[in-house]
Amino acid sequence: MNRFAELLDRLVLTPSRNGKLTLLTDYFRTVEDPDRGLALAAITGDLTIAAVKPAMLRSLVTERMDPVLFGYSYDYVGDLAETVSLVWPPSPGHIPNRDPTLGEVVAKLQSASRSDGPKVLAGLLDSSGSSARFAIIKLVTGGLRIGVSARLAKQALADFGNVDVAEIEELWHGLSAPYLALFAWLEGKAEKPRNTAFALFRPVMLSNPVNDGDLEKLNPADYAAEWKWDGIRVQAVAEGGIRRLYSRTGDDVSGAFPDLADAMDFSATLDGELLVGDPRQGTRSFSDLQQRLNRKTVTPRMQQQYPAFMRCYDLLQIGDEDLRALPFRDRRGRLESFMKTLDPSRFDLSPFVDFTDWDTLEELRRAPPHPIIEGVMLKRWDSPYVAGRPKGPWFKWKRDPHTVDAVLMYAQRGHGKRSSFYSDYTFGVWSGPEGEEELVPVGKAYFGFTDEELKQIDKYVRDNTIERFGPVRSVRADRDNGLVLEVAFEGLNRSTRHKSGVAMRFPRVSRLRWDKPTNEADRIETLQALLDR
Amino acid sequence: MRASDLLHPRPQGLYCPPGDFFIDPVRPVNRALITHGHSDHARSGHGSVLATKQTLDIMGLRYGEDFAAATQTARLGEIIDLNGVKVSFHPAGHVLGSAQIAVEHQGVRIVASGDYKRRRDATCAPFEPVACDVFITEATFGLPVFRHPPDTEEIARLLKSVDQFPERSHLVGAYALGKAQRVMRLLRDAGYDRPLYIHGALAKLSEYYQGQGIDLGTLQPATVEGGKGSFAGAIVVGPPSAFADRWARRFPDPISCFASGWMRIRQRAKQGGVELPLIISDHADWDELTTTIHETGAEEIWVTHGREEALVRWCELEGITARPLHLVGYEDEGD
Repeated sequence: MNRFAELLDRLVLTPSRNGKLTLLTDYFRTVEDPDRGLALAAITGDLTIAAVKPAMLRSLVTERMDPVLFGYSYDYVGDLAETVSLVWPPSPGHIPNRDPTLGEVVAKLQSASRSDGPKVLAGLLDSSGSSARFAIIKLVTGGLRIGVSARLAKQALADFGNVDVAEIEELWHGLSAPYLALFAWLEGKAEKPRNTAFALFRPVMLSNPVNDGDLEKLNPADYAAEWKWDGIRVQAVAEGGIRRLYSRTGDDVSGAFPDLADAMDFSATLDGELLVGDPRQGTRSFSDLQQRLNRKTVTPRMQQQYPAFMRCYDLLQIGDEDLRALPFRDRRGRLESFMKTLDPSRFDLSPFVDFTDWDTLEELRRAPPHPIIEGVMLKRWDSPYVAGRPKGPWFKWKRDPHTVDAVLMYAQRGHGKRSSFYSDYTFGVWSGPEGEEELVPVGKAYFGFTDEELKQIDKYVRDNTIERFGPVRSVRADRDNGLVLEVAFEGLNRSTRHKSGVAMRFPRVSRLRWDKPTNEADRIETLQALLDR
Repeated sequence: MRASDLLHPRPQGLYCPPGDFFIDPVRPVNRALITHGHSDHARSGHGSVLATKQTLDIMGLRYGEDFAAATQTARLGEIIDLNGVKVSFHPAGHVLGSAQIAVEHQGVRIVASGDYKRRRDATCAPFEPVACDVFITEATFGLPVFRHPPDTEEIARLLKSVDQFPERSHLVGAYALGKAQRVMRLLRDAGYDRPLYIHGALAKLSEYYQGQGIDLGTLQPATVEGGKGSFAGAIVVGPPSAFADRWARRFPDPISCFASGWMRIRQRAKQGGVELPLIISDHADWDELTTTIHETGAEEIWVTHGREEALVRWCELEGITARPLHLVGYEDEGD
């Protein structure tokens, strides 16, 4: 348990992706079965343990110590799980260096009945040290919140076994904790596990951005073009009575889109984009799509108001026939006839964009017919469907980003290589009536600038600090003083969490406008206008 | 005589009227008794200073030899008479030279702990409980959430991380007096024998520790000569403030570590951008505070700098008279 606890503690404080991967692969290498597999399941959210309510935790601890002292402690620490793990009184049941293993903890928690759950939990806390107690409480209160996605955990497995992450993704949904066969294979001690389950994820094919000069080398006749829709890339798999919608990283998102899953009365694997609306009437806006994002469950009312549909790009499998090795042209032909069998209110075909030369396509790309289009996709007619991001067969050619001139308001120190630099910038635009303008923060950016520019901004921040809050500095910014940043972004979402009411997608600093007076920076209305297009 | 007539707070610090002296005054006074060399307790500009030899040496290193008009060395355990008040110094186990100060007059004995800890620390003499009527305890970590783990475990985590990330440097933030030397000594005791790189702010004090017979092994200044590559895999020790500074840019993709009792609280580590918190404290934790209170046998406890309310509450539950002593100006430099 202590090794798992230590892993959690380190992961939550390690900002760099590579650092997290090292910590995870070292853990898989040094910890034995079944603990490493259970830890993996806990991280990917695949470990089921009956939840314990915070009130229960609180009453367990106040039975054991003075409630006033507990109150002081909780006020100070601010996090219930952490407070309880720290103040839990030492017990004679705890033998140092003999903390229970993760396997023992999980077994006890999973076999506990509802009524003896609290007693079992208390027993486990009694037999553990404070780090292990914290990890146990995190397991039973649900949600580790350690900044590690399932995708990253799978990447760590791939690094650990020196295999492609696509192989892990393809296997994943046929496996279950503690993943003994998977680890045996990754360590070279057994054959690759065979998938016998239905409706598994097929690793998706991704594209590369079009860079300067790329197109000159390509023949337009070799490529088909489609709009690049800015919804959620999904894979719809129905097989043997099982229906699943996967995100592009292989997470099962079926629960959030039961309306779409209900319409999957076929036996096939489709690749496409999840969007909102009835495709026969038109695709709805990004704001409408947002209503359906990041939800675990969804009300019938929500499904009615914001119906999900799938715009189909590709057909990977039909019945028992795997189409992935066929050229795109043939798959597309099969897709077009297959579409005729589907519910037209839930599925439509991604239309081609007609073009003969790159210049024509360039014009179309600049003026797409729908705001939710973020560019065009180029697919070689002869390309097979290959997992990952092969160079050459598929390109994405994005619309130019939006830009806004904003004023630097706060700067925060970075991590790792950037720990001595103020490298994360919160910027704002003007709002309020003339003569009473105020800056309202609209986003945060921490890339887009060169190393040299980073040094310049860092110096500017240090020289113009007006207040400090821990690692954050508030920078002088008013109508006459301040630094204007040109910020590029891909789009805007409505946000109730931000005072400004908007949240940017992929903001980055595109230019430093040393030359521009702050009072000429943009106003919030400029951004609001973008929202409603 | 009432205890509060023997010692009570004044704006300058804790004052003894019959002896006419202050303990750890925060403003210049005529006569100061100083428990240890941390800058919030030991300030310059007093008329005369009475402290242990090592504390006087450390003040000299920090403020220059003329930090006070006159100095007097207190030997541990020796009774010194100041205007009829008996004063004696006893080891506090906090940092090199740190002492508790016992003040006795007309049958009342008060012990001011200064800062103290009970853990073994190879860089200073261990705390000795002194029987007294009133014990003035610090309460920096006076909450039941603070239970410091064994320091050897923390050092083992640091060394494990050094193995895991051989291409990066580990920057260990540790206060310049006491903590830094303790961390270096713990690394040596754990068998780490490569050179340790230190920030300039640590140089004089570390040299002094070595001169006092505390072996810290090979220390090298963390200067840039060798280029960034030369710090790959290195452990660099410096004051925590330096790591946010431009000074830190010379290290390759550093992992920031911070040796402090505050690192017990995850949010503290997170807010400070600390990647590897090391819970190593020179202050007593909750269990040490409560154990010490019992060991002194004091009938009354005065609680100062820290979380007074929780320790006062604990004393009430134990049937011990306790009250907070509202002293201002102490910022726990040592942790």
